[in-house]
Amino acid sequence: MALLTYREALRAGLDEELARDENVVILGEEVAQYNGAYKVTEGLWKKWGDKRLVDTPISEAGFIGMGIGASMLGLRPVMELMFWSFAYVAFDQIINNAGCIRYMSGGLINVPIVIRGPANGGTSVGATHSHTPENLLANMPGLKVVVPATAADAKGLIKTSIRDNDPVMFMENTLLYGEKWEVPDEEDYLIPLGQADVKREGKDVSLIAHGRPVLTCLKAAELLAAEYDIDAEVVDLRSIRPLDEEAVLATVRKTHRAVLVEENRPFCGIDAQVASLIQEKAFDDLDAPVGRVSTIDAPAFYSPPVERRQLPESQRVIAKVLQIC
Amino acid sequence: MDTLADSSVYADAAINQGLSKEQKISFLRDLCRIRRFEQTSLKYYNLGKMGGFLHLYSGQEAVAVGTISLLGENDHVITAYRDHGHALCRGMKMDECMAEMFGKATGCSKGKGGSMHFFAPDKRFWGGHGIVGGQTPLGAGIAYALKYKGLKACCLCYLGDGAINQGPFHESLNLAALFKLPVIYVIENNGYSMGTSLKRSSAYRGSLAQRAEAYDMAWDVFQGEDVYEVRARTQPAVERARERSEPTILEIRTYRYYGHSVADANAKKYRSPEEIERYKTQHDPIQIWRRHLEAEGLITEADYEEIDRQAREEANHAAEFAEQSPFPSDSEIQKDVYYEVDHQTEAARHGTYFFNT
Ligand SMILES: Cc1ncc(C[n+]2csc(CCOP(=O)(O)OP(=O)(O)O)c2C)c(N)n1
Ligand SMILES: [Mg+2]
Repeated sequence: MALLTYREALRAGLDEELARDENVVILGEEVAQYNGAYKVTEGLWKKWGDKRLVDTPISEAGFIGMGIGASMLGLRPVMELMFWSFAYVAFDQIINNAGCIRYMSGGLINVPIVIRGPANGGTSVGATHSHTPENLLANMPGLKVVVPATAADAKGLIKTSIRDNDPVMFMENTLLYGEKWEVPDEEDYLIPLGQADVKREGKDVSLIAHGRPVLTCLKAAELLAAEYDIDAEVVDLRSIRPLDEEAVLATVRKTHRAVLVEENRPFCGIDAQVASLIQEKAFDDLDAPVGRVSTIDAPAFYSPPVERRQLPESQRVIAKVLQIC
Repeated sequence: MDTLADSSVYADAAINQGLSKEQKISFLRDLCRIRRFEQTSLKYYNLGKMGGFLHLYSGQEAVAVGTISLLGENDHVITAYRDHGHALCRGMKMDECMAEMFGKATGCSKGKGGSMHFFAPDKRFWGGHGIVGGQTPLGAGIAYALKYKGLKACCLCYLGDGAINQGPFHESLNLAALFKLPVIYVIENNGYSMGTSLKRSSAYRGSLAQRAEAYDMAWDVFQGEDVYEVRARTQPAVERARERSEPTILEIRTYRYYGHSVADANAKKYRSPEEIERYKTQHDPIQIWRRHLEAEGLITEADYEEIDRQAREEANHAAEFAEQSPFPSDSEIQKDVYYEVDHQTEAARHGTYFFNT
């Protein structure tokens, strides 16, 4: 095991896939000569040169669409969005082209593209820069959505996403880039899409989350154990679509209580889907209503202390757990 | 660089001939106020008093001061995230702007927008936009409304040299020319979009503004360091908009002293220190304007020092005001989302607006 930051783990995954497949090409704003706005691609341009790392103009609709077009001919473009919030100018390309072309062609055309970048609040960059579109994109059959919460998951999932033959929307987090985790050293560390991960075993309540809220849940679980003698299990969905329904049902059958935590707004959030799944397929296993903790339902507030409380904090998770335990 | 000699033709332009001593001094005051406001914000940003990004306008001040000085009471302004200069020129107060960046309840947007998102519709200033190019269709829309209402007026819509490659900008140009909208697109060409030089981001012939020809639209390119030049070259576009309701693209060449934002770790890598120094010493808009006024015998060196001191004091006071102001309360989070809910109108009585978990 090596101790790597989330950023370094992603970079290692990208580097390995660049080496493995000459059709992998990384495009995006400032990815090459500037080394990436968040330094994920640092050093890769120097190592791989102009053909494999390409700086694009600020033309998201154009370059994302270009990547989709190139993927139809078998390239495996990995497109960096400086923020997922900027994908909104490219939504037509992502949804109508990446999302629908395979279906409309009766399966004749594949779109093996990865679109990656940070999607998170918590850095006081205001409403326009703080979007978390995993729910919007997961709503579109044809697209896959992946949200890693740790360095190891980031590495294993980016490699799998690049090899996947469908369009994968890969959402990172600027607040995690500098955080360190143990990452397996094995030659080809791959994590399948659609496989959740139990990040903490417990028996009293299941905290189900994805992305940074997984860490919030782990923190809440420690406090619940120390102060309330509640043993929480933390399940990290990792991949939103495909969704590991079995893992969700298994943890609920084990603990009989669930609190769903996400950074999405509540309305049609990922957890609306997860809650519906639980009540439909594990209703008899529940000892309490399913609880949800989301970002407080409004655009992102700029003011740093207020935005912090707008996001799902561990205190809110604990309060929700205490309501149902 | 013989900037002063070059610009004597601009000083003699009719639009500049009519300027009073007070007006000329007020331009100096505005230039200094923007510079000092930003230096103070930089200091507090580095002290951790603000969140997010801080995009400084230092070096570009003559663009906002010169262009906005031409506007009348029906004219409007909209810009991108590098918005402090335009906001102050439109009459926004340092206090409310500084407090906004501190995330305080007394900020111009009650702490909800931050540095990139200043707004003051009462001063006909429509933001402050964080998505590159996102303001450009809005500029066309403001012009559309002005024309619809039958006003002889224009909208100045600013964007960066990197923003010209956004699709919505191209669509806006076509709309503006097709519908004859009184909008003036001002490309503040500071040579870089983040770490990418113009040459690496844009394909063009001659100049960026020349893309206007494809839309049969008027255009011009000029330097943005001398308020006289900016005014003289912008005035025809303002007239074209007001009198004939026709759009223009102006490309104004300028330079930012700091990095893209204060977080730009590479600010001194993609540009040479010599390049930055040359602009600061030879093309500084404040020093150029100050020298004009001194040469014309309108101010002494001591007057300049006093104007600058007042600007600094005003900025320091704004920071004090911001520091002492309260943070917004959490009950603010779900306000200002819907008009109907805020005003408890009939429309707000049916259905659920907010979903609290
Ligand atoms: C749609 C979108 N893409 C990317 C960004 C990130 N970004 C913010 S400013 C900027 C550079 C813009 O450069 P330019 O238009 O020249 O304006 P300047 O910063 O020089 O004033 C980039 C890439 C963004 N805010 N919005
Ligand atoms: Mg620029």
